Amino acid sequence: MAWFKRKEKGIQTATTEKKDTPKGLWYKSPTGKIVEADELAKNFYVSPEDDYHVRIGSKEYFEILFDDNKFKELDADLEALDPLKFEDTKKYSERLKAAKKKTNLKDAVRTAVGKSKGKDLVIACMDFAFIGGSMGSVVGEKIARAIDYSIKNKIPFMMISKSGGARMMEAALSLMQLAKTSAKLAQLAEAGIPYISLCTDPTTGGTTASYAMLGDINIAEPGALIGFAGPRVVKEATGKDLPKDFQTSEFLLEHGFLDFISHRRNLKDKVNLYLDLIQNQVVRKS
Amino acid sequence: MEYLDFELPIKELEEQLDKCKVLGEESEVDVTDTCKQIEKKLEKTKKDIYRNLTAWQRVQLSRHPSRPYTLDYIKALCGDTFLELHGDRNVKDDKAMIGGLGKIGDQTYMFIGQQKGYNTKTRQYRNFGMANPEGYRKALRLMKMAEKFGIPVVSLIDTPGAYPGIEAEERGQGEAIARNILEMTRLKVPIIVLIIGEGASGGALGIGVGDRVLMLENTWYSVISPESCSSILWRSWEYKEQAAEALKLTAKDMKKLHLVDDIIKEPLGGAHADRVSTFKTVEKEIVKVFDELKKLTPEDLVHKRMEKYAEMGVFKG
Repeated sequence: MAWFKRKEKGIQTATTEKKDTPKGLWYKSPTGKIVEADELAKNFYVSPEDDYHVRIGSKEYFEILFDDNKFKELDADLEALDPLKFEDTKKYSERLKAAKKKTNLKDAVRTAVGKSKGKDLVIACMDFAFIGGSMGSVVGEKIARAIDYSIKNKIPFMMISKSGGARMMEAALSLMQLAKTSAKLAQLAEAGIPYISLCTDPTTGGTTASYAMLGDINIAEPGALIGFAGPRVVKEATGKDLPKDFQTSEFLLEHGFLDFISHRRNLKDKVNLYLDLIQNQVVRKS
Repeated sequence: MEYLDFELPIKELEEQLDKCKVLGEESEVDVTDTCKQIEKKLEKTKKDIYRNLTAWQRVQLSRHPSRPYTLDYIKALCGDTFLELHGDRNVKDDKAMIGGLGKIGDQTYMFIGQQKGYNTKTRQYRNFGMANPEGYRKALRLMKMAEKFGIPVVSLIDTPGAYPGIEAEERGQGEAIARNILEMTRLKVPIIVLIIGEGASGGALGIGVGDRVLMLENTWYSVISPESCSSILWRSWEYKEQAAEALKLTAKDMKKLHLVDDIIKEPLGGAHADRVSTFKTVEKEIVKVFDELKKLTPEDLVHKRMEKYAEMGVFKG
């Protein structure tokens, strides 16, 4: 006879009393590889076994690109209004409130200036966690002002896109942000200041149809989804099977729309190497 | 004549009127009074309907199969002087995007615009007015040509969107639209944009940046079509009417939001109800706007255009 015997059959603990593993200790990549959160952070948020680039936000990108994670955030106080009083199944104003609470962010982009390998760089970085990284009036205005800052102080500009496209709840107001940001980029080009566009997973819709594709160089992280119409829309419209790797970074590189793909580990070096080369300056050591 | 669902009361009265007239011709009965009464009622019904259109009804009118399309306007405005120009010098000639030179009075204009078809065959040939990247690149080539020779640009917009195809993505639909938007913000000649039908999102804005953007009364312009908006936000195609209201996509709403500069009145019943007068009004508007814009130096023109777009957006802080 067994020395240990279960007295009651089945699991008796109520679901509410169930003890969860604390969230955020492990990360599971799409191929099923499991990484410890600490290790992931040390590895630039890339899964070490399969090189999967985990979706990260402005906080992490700033940490990767700015020296010692030191930077000055620009226009941090801009917040969205609900000028159209937009309501679908939920009010836009409520969606905004919920997004702010969930993410601790004010909108889908943060802009900052700081040193990268010892030299000034202005970065505008989108946050997908905030309403799908959608571009509304605030995103347009913050990018426009960041470009103004670049022009005024003659500092190179880098845009990190991670966005589903224009924000539907601001309708045509968001559409016009494409024109607003592009006009600013035209001014930046006129001033002869380099512009690097980094496309990350995902970069689609109005974002692709404006600043994401307008860099002096357009670069991307491996395996990112980049396109104008989303893959589902293309499939529905054409009724055809999509080619393998359709709308991935590798696909765009092959079709001539990216200058190169960079592993996140090399991002800081490569961005600064381009800036040194294009401005004909001494190449900084890695 | 095709009638939309909300136009059925008009159809009924017009049929009554026809019957009444026939009766008058075929018999001895004096129908003058009856006819007059029906005409009066018809006129009142028309006014009641067309002066109180919902956003969705305007969307329906903007897609009316009898509505004049881009080439109809150009031919009416320029007659024999129109010379169509083809090709993007890279891949092919996009039939959904047309362009060319033509005269209104003594002034040459470069026209660009999406073109829809008027029957099944031509609709397919024109890809339903949905341009591929080569269409946007053709338009850009023509705009740069216009800039080189100081010719003003007139852009006529009527598209359900840029084409979401596999080849379109391979050839960089996003890049093509982005490039056009950027180049149009700094083009050194006047750009007059008219929304003559549907103005769907990036596909419209890809030829839609201008010094003056004018919407015909029964057109729509927004970031997405009401149907797609309904399918994404309500997860069903059934909410297109609500989506149309929510998107504030009518000419009146767009003017109120300062996203377009002016509205061009249409004849009662829509642009197709009286094409000749529609063409005349549009011609007058183009000439009037160009007369204002030609006074500006290229530098002022570009500066003002950029300022205009810089002010678009609503936020706090």
